[in-house]
Amino acid sequence: MKAIRYSPWVMHFNAGACNGCDIEVLAALTPFFDPERLGVKLAPNPRHADIIIVTGALNKKAAERLRRLYDQTPSPKFVIACGACAISGGVFSGSYPLFSRADSVVPVDVYVPGCPPRPEAVIYGIKKLLDRVGEHGGD
Amino acid sequence: MVIVEIPIGPQHPALHEPIMLKVRTEGEEVVEVSVNTGYNHRGIEKLLEKNSWVRGMYISGRVCGICNAVHMQTYVQGVEKLMGVEPPPRANYIRTLVMELERIHSHMLVAAVMAEIIGFDTLFMLLMRDRERVMYLKELVTGNRVHADIHMLGGVKRDLDEVRRDRILSELKIVEERIKYYMKVFEEDYTIMKRLSEVGVIRKSEALRLSIVGPTLRASGIKSDVRSDDPYAAYSEIPFNVVSRDEGDSWARMMVRFGEALESVSIARYTVEKLPQGPAIPKTIPRATKPGEVISRVEAPRGELLYHIVSVGGANPYRVKIRTPSFLNILNTEKVYIGHRLADVPVIFASYDPCISCTERVMVIDEKSGKKTYVSMRDLARVRVG
Ligand code: SF4
Repeated sequence: MKAIRYSPWVMHFNAGACNGCDIEVLAALTPFFDPERLGVKLAPNPRHADIIIVTGALNKKAAERLRRLYDQTPSPKFVIACGACAISGGVFSGSYPLFSRADSVVPVDVYVPGCPPRPEAVIYGIKKLLDRVGEHGGD
Repeated sequence: MVIVEIPIGPQHPALHEPIMLKVRTEGEEVVEVSVNTGYNHRGIEKLLEKNSWVRGMYISGRVCGICNAVHMQTYVQGVEKLMGVEPPPRANYIRTLVMELERIHSHMLVAAVMAEIIGFDTLFMLLMRDRERVMYLKELVTGNRVHADIHMLGGVKRDLDEVRRDRILSELKIVEERIKYYMKVFEEDYTIMKRLSEVGVIRKSEALRLSIVGPTLRASGIKSDVRSDDPYAAYSEIPFNVVSRDEGDSWARMMVRFGEALESVSIARYTVEKLPQGPAIPKTIPRATKPGEVISRVEAPRGELLYHIVSVGGANPYRVKIRTPSFLNILNTEKVYIGHRLADVPVIFASYDPCISCTERVMVIDEKSGKKTYVSMRDLARVRVG
């Protein structure tokens, strides 16, 4: 369990975001902000991932897909909800195609607010999660 | 030989956005591609009807995070026309500056994504690093990195002072040098040429028939750009060239984008240097419009963006129809993949600079007996062409 603390691989899941959060997550994973000093790396595939970063407002089609990807990710796994949309629906809350919030589909460990959150905030969220895993062994 | 169907996406390392390409191949050769969408639908047009004119501004910006300022510009300039408000020249210049910064970072982003797809990871990282400079500039001007939110009905929300003007000019110089360097890399690198040239060719006549827009159209040899054809904001006063190329392949599309990014740098510099004096921030915000309808169009980084806004008076729009460039570019070009190899599919797809967030408002799902048919989307695209 503690092993992922040293090199967590992050998968980015776009559940219907406006792209704002996605480019910030992408920017957070590039050399300017350099998350690799924390061992963080972008995983191409749910089967390689330890952390799933969910961005965007979930519509019905994406909710199904998020659940499936979550099930495909090997345990231990963690979820970060990134951006106002993933947390509460953001500007899109109340719109007809929205299914619900990310935490009603999968268990969410860390919420990173913002529209979009800055890359620093994304990295801070990841760091928070890693600290917690270190303290409690992830329980 | 058997025909194999390979789904690419919706979760795919090469595509950062949820879309699904169903690729049918015979051996290595692609025989059919169909695009399956709907993973990103958020009901924005309906939301715009439910909210007031001012709130609508922020919703329209959130159609797409990459080209948010142009979405806002299209919406705001349409609503301003309905309200009979004229933004002051200084506000127009600041809007133009923000839109051009956005074009630079958008074009750098697609170049980075392209580099990643062809397996040139170092170039991806370098481009992303230098893109941060543009993001910094955007933050300097607007206060936000991604969602600029600088537009306001009748002006802008934030003025530009002398200190920040100097900072912008010095930073633009570095950005220009870096873009020139990357352009040279794309021109001269053997591997990049091998992967991009002669891949996904769209001929001139075909491009016209398929209603392609933006850099994809200009790479097929047609000089069409809303900024010069139907100037808005401050473009009628700013000198710039429309970049085009004749090859029509994926490489030409990338080169057109680099050329445009350089043009954008000089436009941005012009707006900062020649910034007119006067007020930029409106004192009062108009709340209601007269009945009427308006079509407003703007050149987004990906091509012509069009809003059709209908008002029956009152505090909310009656209808807002959005037509985005990616919608045409992605859905009308399914035939272009045929005959290429499987590995070329992501390259061709990325060379259109697809923006899924933009495309996904118009999804029509036909739920007959619980079965979803996606045909209606493509039919829609065809109707639109006619
Ligand atoms: S939180 Fe904001 S930036 Fe992020 S996906 Fe939602 S609207 Fe876009």
